[in-house]
Amino acid sequence: MTRSLQLTADGQLKHLLTLDGLSPAILTRILDTAESFIDVGEREVKKVPLLRGKAIFNLFFEPSTRTRTTFEIAAKRLSADVVNLNIAASAQSKGETVLDTVSNLTAMHADMFIVRHAQSGAAHFIAQHVEPHISVVNAGDGRHAHPTQGLLDMFTIRRYKGAFHNLRVAIVGDVLHSRVARSQIHALTTLGVPEVRVIAPRTLLPTGVEQMGVHVFHDMQAGLKDVDVIIMLRLQNERMKGARLPSAQEYFKQYGLTPEKLALAKPDAIVMHPGPMNRGVEIDSEVADGPQSVILPQVTYGIAVRMAVMSLLMGPAQ
Amino acid sequence: MKLHIKGGHLIDPMNGIDQPLDVFVAAGKIAAIGQMPDGFHPNKTIDATGCIVCPGLVDLSVRLREPGFEYKATLESEMLAAAAGGVTSLACPPDTDPPLDEPGLVEMLKFRARNLPGPRVYPIGALTQKMKGEALTEMAELTEAGCVAFTQADTPITDTQVLLRALDYATTFNLPVWLRPQDFYLARGGVAHDGPVASRLGLPGIPAVAETVALSTILLLARQTGARIHLARLSTRESVAMVRAAKLQGVNVTCDVSANHLHLSEIDLTSFNSNLYFMPPVRSLRDRDGLAEALKDGSIDAVCSDHAPVDDNEKQLPFGEASPGASGVELLLPLTLKWAEEHGVPLIDAIDRITWKPAQILGVPGGQLGAGSCADICVFDPRTRFTVSPKTLKSQGKNTPFLGIELPGVVKATVIDGHVDYESN
Amino acid sequence: MNAPLPDTATLLNTLAEAIRPNLSPETALVGIHTGGVWVAEWLHRAMGIKTPLGTLDISFYRDDFSQRGLHPEVKTTQLPFNVEDHPIILVDDVLYTGRTIRAAMNELFDYGRPGGIHLAALVDRGGRQLPIQPDFAGAKIELPAGKNIQLQRNEQGNLILLIQ
Repeated sequence: MTRSLQLTADGQLKHLLTLDGLSPAILTRILDTAESFIDVGEREVKKVPLLRGKAIFNLFFEPSTRTRTTFEIAAKRLSADVVNLNIAASAQSKGETVLDTVSNLTAMHADMFIVRHAQSGAAHFIAQHVEPHISVVNAGDGRHAHPTQGLLDMFTIRRYKGAFHNLRVAIVGDVLHSRVARSQIHALTTLGVPEVRVIAPRTLLPTGVEQMGVHVFHDMQAGLKDVDVIIMLRLQNERMKGARLPSAQEYFKQYGLTPEKLALAKPDAIVMHPGPMNRGVEIDSEVADGPQSVILPQVTYGIAVRMAVMSLLMGPAQ
Repeated sequence: MKLHIKGGHLIDPMNGIDQPLDVFVAAGKIAAIGQMPDGFHPNKTIDATGCIVCPGLVDLSVRLREPGFEYKATLESEMLAAAAGGVTSLACPPDTDPPLDEPGLVEMLKFRARNLPGPRVYPIGALTQKMKGEALTEMAELTEAGCVAFTQADTPITDTQVLLRALDYATTFNLPVWLRPQDFYLARGGVAHDGPVASRLGLPGIPAVAETVALSTILLLARQTGARIHLARLSTRESVAMVRAAKLQGVNVTCDVSANHLHLSEIDLTSFNSNLYFMPPVRSLRDRDGLAEALKDGSIDAVCSDHAPVDDNEKQLPFGEASPGASGVELLLPLTLKWAEEHGVPLIDAIDRITWKPAQILGVPGGQLGAGSCADICVFDPRTRFTVSPKTLKSQGKNTPFLGIELPGVVKATVIDGHVDYESN
Repeated sequence: MNAPLPDTATLLNTLAEAIRPNLSPETALVGIHTGGVWVAEWLHRAMGIKTPLGTLDISFYRDDFSQRGLHPEVKTTQLPFNVEDHPIILVDDVLYTGRTIRAAMNELFDYGRPGGIHLAALVDRGGRQLPIQPDFAGAKIELPAGKNIQLQRNEQGNLILLIQ
């Protein structure tokens, strides 16, 4: 049901809720489309009229300036009208339910909802309840999925590495709480990466993570050996409070990416991070700002990827 | 009122009856089985041709939502739903608002229920005041008011010293204590079984050890205190093994499982359907099959519906924000029949698990149809199947994961205390 | 059944000869994907134009997006010269409704303000829905209703017009 909810009867993307279960062809189509949007950002007028007259609502039940901004820029470059709703601070506190909010916005003739919510499955929930002409893009739900981030990471990897079938990719850090990691894992395995590794202490790994098709490492030295791509995950401070880790210092020593540890990877390995970074906690500044870091290009590509997703979802009226 | 239930196939597990027999009811009692007594002139005859006639169902967990949650359901709606499900006796847990921790509240509930058609209502009293797990309730007084056992419902006692004393105190008066084993801390923040599916969906997990750690504590305290303990709604295969071993050692425990957990597993969660949000959570396929087998071999004594009507405002939410539970009192019989079909369980054994066994756990009359016993009877057509839909449900709560699923067994009539309280048309 | 058509090579030459008197040293050719790019490539080579060839994919500017969605294979737009003040000749293979040209001009203006735009089409098949006319055309052809004319490129790289 998860899978069919985001596809139309003829297999076209209707919503983007998760990368889990999407075909390699659909993922590749999105990446290819994003390629053609890359140069729009370099034009005199950084705008195309594709979604002129469409109303896109950024429904952020959880605050996030950064992700919201990239969606907003993407929508504006497609000439859509964008409305930002910071619901965390408004309706929810007045007792309005998610469904009330959605029906109110539907009455305002919305065409697309970009949804960020602290609960896993929230975007599915909204997609199940919207009018059939509305598309829903999951901009991060709980620990579940952040599909556009996963896609922009794939876009970045493809740009720097050319292909997926010969890569060894390591995802390092708090996989347990990371919707980004889950989306990356689904995309990497779908696109044919033969070896996806996760590197973390046991307290930061979900139960049965191996069943998502990854190899588990607890030791950074072993896990980084000969990898082509290193993806560092953000570590939130509250993990120390919940008895998952003793201290940021010990975490950095064991799992932080330093130039010494980076040297274990292939010489041409790239370093990625979904941001925002905690320098000195999961990544050394020297690495973050170093020649192997592609963290800033990731942000740039994020806009093209989100433009591709929006324009593919908003195709012909159903 | 004299009643003749004619032409049906009688199944009465306690009395070992499984054959076509008529049933005769007079003055709220079973007057005779098989032959019509001399001079018996029925006021009413129920044609039970093609139907099973069995003791009325005894459901060990039905939330009537009164007092405090009348917006979710009312006594009227839920008692009607229970009667429509063939249920003639039910135990209601104290997780109301306020909780059933004072005799006045229990008397009021009993009074309200007595004046409505529908099953006999047996309140389970709160084990601690406000169910906070700190101070004991007046268990002796509550028993006089009508409580048949004491429980914490879904709010476990975290302080094991309080738990030990509660068991000791209850045992002083030989009062049964019902506990759902769950370690508060290990389950904290979780909404789904901690396994590969929850990991994939990013749903915070409740590990199986949250149940077994608490269960081992309870079993050790049960052995020490000699308390009469009923374990409510086991959810893991390992729990069943622990209870089986404890029973062999002579520990005084019984246990039940919810009908939901006989059929559902974590695999069903993939659409984030909040109707699948249960406490305890539905667990792995292996756990589900372990529970189904244990019910068959008798390690699990009874099945209950764990009926929990929830209104749309609390269910139509993202998974983790929804209220747990499902409406189920009308599905107890169909789900038990489905379990029996799937696991090759003789009908007489299946009916035993929802009639005689739970009546024994509750310690109340009913659950059998021997001559002279109370006339609580369910007549159902075991062959007709129906598709669950909001329309077929009489409960105010339409929240069930079985919507759209076809189930066997349609209740034709429910007789409670000699009165026909429900009859399908 | 395919109707007889003028020889494609002849049409290309006719088009080149029509354009030639209007060329300035700054003139840039911009082909519209896919057939227009083939024609523009041929003209660029045949006429020895110095300014690098530009290509346009008008997928993002189409006016039928909400009916048809995004074209499955979006090519990139490449304008390897500064559009600002440049004289531009927009090249397409078959000029029909004019909607493609409208989209192409809108896209060009998003790169800057051209010094001027002229329109060259290998074939003008009529049927215009917008006030757009070619400045240079290889031929004007009347097509029976229900027929379509298409430019194809064979394995040798030769261009051939077909009526279907």
